[in-house]
Amino acid sequence: MTLVSQTHLSYFPGCSLATTAKENNASLHTFVDHFGVTLTEVDDWNCCGSSSTHSVNSELAFSLAARNLFQAPPDKPMLIACPGCFLRLKHAQKELAGSKERQETCEQQFNRPYNPDLKLVHFFELLADMSKEGIFKELGGRLKGLKIAPYYGCMLARPPHMNKEKNHHGLIEKTMAALGAESVYWPFISRCCGTFLSVSRPKIAEKQVNRIMQGAIATGAECIVTACAMCHLNLEIRCLPENRIPIFHFSELLSLALEGKFSRSWLKRHLIDPAPLLEEKQLINDLVPAGK
Amino acid sequence: MQPIELDRSAQNFIDQVEDLSHSHLSRCWHCLTCSGGCPFSEDMDYMPNTIIRMIQFGLKEKALSCSTIWLCVGCNTCSMECPNGVDVAAVMDGLRQMAIQEKIPVAEPGILSFHNAVIDSIARYGRTHKLEIMMRYKLARKDLFSDIDLGLKMMSRRKLDLMPSKVRDRESIRNIFKQNQTGR
Repeated sequence: MTLVSQTHLSYFPGCSLATTAKENNASLHTFVDHFGVTLTEVDDWNCCGSSSTHSVNSELAFSLAARNLFQAPPDKPMLIACPGCFLRLKHAQKELAGSKERQETCEQQFNRPYNPDLKLVHFFELLADMSKEGIFKELGGRLKGLKIAPYYGCMLARPPHMNKEKNHHGLIEKTMAALGAESVYWPFISRCCGTFLSVSRPKIAEKQVNRIMQGAIATGAECIVTACAMCHLNLEIRCLPENRIPIFHFSELLSLALEGKFSRSWLKRHLIDPAPLLEEKQLINDLVPAGK
Repeated sequence: MQPIELDRSAQNFIDQVEDLSHSHLSRCWHCLTCSGGCPFSEDMDYMPNTIIRMIQFGLKEKALSCSTIWLCVGCNTCSMECPNGVDVAAVMDGLRQMAIQEKIPVAEPGILSFHNAVIDSIARYGRTHKLEIMMRYKLARKDLFSDIDLGLKMMSRRKLDLMPSKVRDRESIRNIFKQNQTGR
């Protein structure tokens, strides 16, 4: 059964989409909603642990991620939008699967049964299924004329114990092509954005971010499309004025390709204003007014 | 050059890192793929493969006191590219955790301070509250004014919520933290 045929998925937004990247969250909801997929937020979900926890305490990182797996409804696949959260949750799931002891400890701790069949689905997997069904071709190439630099950040990098898992290299390009946009080929497609160094060693992050931005500009891209809300934030906040081109969440451009579904309020949450580019390309004539 | 003596304690260190990282470090043949691919190696005091070499030689203190283990953000580029399946990022996680447990002076105290601010936020709310993390981090570093423009700009774009998003069942979060005491 493909994911597209499942109309109900549970949904793990993660801290970034719930706060700093609400526009990512809203556009993702708008997009899947258009195709009749209902997302139900995992009840009382908690932070996946993020980079900081596994940096200093693997056991704490495991427990925080694991709690979410026990909070998830057992009968639905869980959709995860953030590549970081996906990796943390998947990692915890693998550890649980390999240890009866861990399963029992968690069952006691979280007072719920362990579900070995819980399916974790990254947003890209849902999109890959949609792509196979030819859904994007029906959208009439509404992004025609837009030249984008696809940016996956570290989401394509998998540690050895996960290197047999699915990956989605090329999905942004494939989807954008079906929607009429042109993707550039460039060397920074999977270069790390710097994550927390953006706060704790900003100069290092700034150097990385501006290499990435310059790389995109050098290929003639008019904007960057990100797969991760953390990457999006880092590129926006550490980009120097001379290297500024708009940066979109993938979900925003997907919603832009639907007629009359894009909201101007999402644009207002960007530090680099994408409105002039979208106006120039005549892509935002029929916007839902801000505030929706 | 000082001779390096591979005694029992050196072997214990190697075993410990292998155990924490689920990687066989004797697999590393120093092809430098990890170091070449690491986006941050130019800012590290030692290249990632040099850290592996230090472990192979049992040079515990050197490996635990370097900046490399803190500047590694765990992007997994090295772990993916290693032709021999060494999970270099997991090795860095392991070394960092050992450095904390053994109270080795931290080469990048600002980075540890940030991690602690994030973890404290998760302990309090079950989720990360970015504004508070930033403020507490800046206070801890006695650096209130760098990035203040950025902070205000993020506020004006409603990127930083004033109030935290919280887990309802905070007791369960407290229990998780009780059972996993951090040696931070």
